[in-house]
Amino acid sequence: MKLTSFPFFSTIRLGIKSLLLHKLRSVLTMLGIIFGVCSVIAMLAIGEGASYQAQEEIKKLGSQNIILRSLKPVDDANRADAGRGTSLEYGLTYDDGARIQATVPGVIRVLPIRIIRENVRFARSSVACQILGTLPTYQAIVGLDIVKGRFLAETDDLNQDNVCTVTEGLAGRLFAFQDPLLQSIKINSFYYRVVGVVRERNMPEQRTQPGKTEGEPLDNNVYIPLSTARSRFGETLVRRRAGSIEMERVQLHQMTVQMRDVAAVEAADPQIKGLLDRFHKQNDYETIVPLQLLRQAEQTKRIFNIVLGSIAAISLLVGGIGIMNIMLATVTERTREIGIRRALGAKRRHITVQFLVETVVLSIGGGLVGVVLGIMVPFVVSRVTDMPTIVTPWSVLLAFSISGAVGIVFGLYPAKAAAKLDPIEALRHE
Amino acid sequence: MAQEQAIIRLEELEKRYDLGGEAEVRALRGIDLVVRPGSYVAIMGPSGSGKSTMLNLIGCLDRPTSGRYFLGGTDVSAMPDDELSEARGSGIGFIFQSYNLIAQLTVIENIQVPLLYQGKDLDAAHDHCVQLAQTVGLGDRLHHRPNQLSGGQQQRVAIARSLVNDPLLILADEPTGNLDSRTGVEVLELIDQLNARGKTIVLVTHDERIATRAHRVIHMKDGLIEREIVNRPEPSQG
Repeated sequence: MKLTSFPFFSTIRLGIKSLLLHKLRSVLTMLGIIFGVCSVIAMLAIGEGASYQAQEEIKKLGSQNIILRSLKPVDDANRADAGRGTSLEYGLTYDDGARIQATVPGVIRVLPIRIIRENVRFARSSVACQILGTLPTYQAIVGLDIVKGRFLAETDDLNQDNVCTVTEGLAGRLFAFQDPLLQSIKINSFYYRVVGVVRERNMPEQRTQPGKTEGEPLDNNVYIPLSTARSRFGETLVRRRAGSIEMERVQLHQMTVQMRDVAAVEAADPQIKGLLDRFHKQNDYETIVPLQLLRQAEQTKRIFNIVLGSIAAISLLVGGIGIMNIMLATVTERTREIGIRRALGAKRRHITVQFLVETVVLSIGGGLVGVVLGIMVPFVVSRVTDMPTIVTPWSVLLAFSISGAVGIVFGLYPAKAAAKLDPIEALRHE
Repeated sequence: MAQEQAIIRLEELEKRYDLGGEAEVRALRGIDLVVRPGSYVAIMGPSGSGKSTMLNLIGCLDRPTSGRYFLGGTDVSAMPDDELSEARGSGIGFIFQSYNLIAQLTVIENIQVPLLYQGKDLDAAHDHCVQLAQTVGLGDRLHHRPNQLSGGQQQRVAIARSLVNDPLLILADEPTGNLDSRTGVEVLELIDQLNARGKTIVLVTHDERIATRAHRVIHMKDGLIEREIVNRPEPSQG
């Protein structure tokens, strides 16, 4: 048997020609695939964008850090005591930091932070601020950009100097048109010289702050040396509320434990908990492991993608069924043509290829338009809703190749049906 | 030797259609026929006599239930589907009663269709196709579609198409059935010319006058050859 070479290009040309013969029908058939591909890409882009935002914020907390935070214990007996004016003692202590540093392997350093909420005054303005008493290493661990001047130095801490570094936002609010570095601010009865202006790299609004009040600017941070904070503010915080005085004794509000590497983080987390639980009778602290949060976020993202992707895939499937439906109708309609071609020497596979090419042209064409729309839709969505969207190349590739596969899978049956027709019967068909 | 000389050789050819259960139609009940190259044979007979079934078998569109069919010396009676397609495409030209042109293709494209399945280069064959169109008198209508042509013109496109692969055998199934008598004569004259140029013609018709153009007329009845009339001698083989 002589193997005739396949008239490949002319088959494609013929396929496109027959599709153009019924333009409206072809376009309507393609719509199913267009929407399918478009929704796969758009949905994955929106999902990707949403999780990207969350992940970025978690990453900024530092994947090699473990964050410990003091919590006011939820305990009725204590709360009753506090109500009567006695001080409530809870939270992380300097000793905890030293113990972690000494016993947990892989710890580079422990960064203690005290957080005091106080009004900061300059000239006639007074701004509610968050005073962070901390060490110079804060800058490196948390991630601060120096805008002007410098951050706190070792000597500031040693000398318990009354110096401070303020965030950019606060500097703008306090010293509207003056150089912050020449000024001093007043907290309670002490003056602090401003030595630097910084910008927090991790978005401050994402950090849950103890005692946060709503409607308050979130980047009003003043950084002072830890030793200064200890001597100027003491460890008892007094908060006056309507009719009662609330006193709390908290040594440290937060500790950031920096580990040698990411691998050490997960081993260290239970060790730190075990260590602290021996000294903390009540549940008065929490640990945040950004690495685990990141993993969870990735897990959530995966589920999210699967759900969104399958919804979109169903629309692709429906599009495929639409193609198959139309092609079956086309085969019936063109039975006569199939008979003629068979009589003129077309083999079964010629007929199969002819119809398969048509479905593939439909689905690939629809796929291409769908890709273009799928890239445009997330762009419009993020413009209109301010929601970040990320079109990943793999989602485009996935959607496009599925559309091609849909064309072949759903085209094969009608094409085979066309090829199976008996030439004599087909020729007789009206 | 006789086998080599025959372009068509039917031996005890039978075709039965199974209609399910006991019912069976014996469309052909043992046909023996030899057609030599260059001859012009007309097949006549009332409807249901089996002449269409025989033309389908000769045209390799169908396979006999029993018996043998040699086309140009090759036994095609048990060939697989693909080889039958090959035999049709390369060895046989078809002219149908209802023209059977492909509606969405132009004249020139319709003529090219059989080339497509022989894997031939359409561009190289383009001049040949144009020449064929000119031969049948449609040189100025190459890019018309079938619905822009008259019946006679359409049938002439079909004749050009049947010639494109230069087959030895041309099968015509009531080629003038849908035409008025004047255009019918034109088409028949074209067929005569083909025969004069050496093509073997097998033509099915109802019309006695058309049949007189052939060398031989075969009358069929109830799936058998009833009688055979020789109008004029067949061209001798060298």
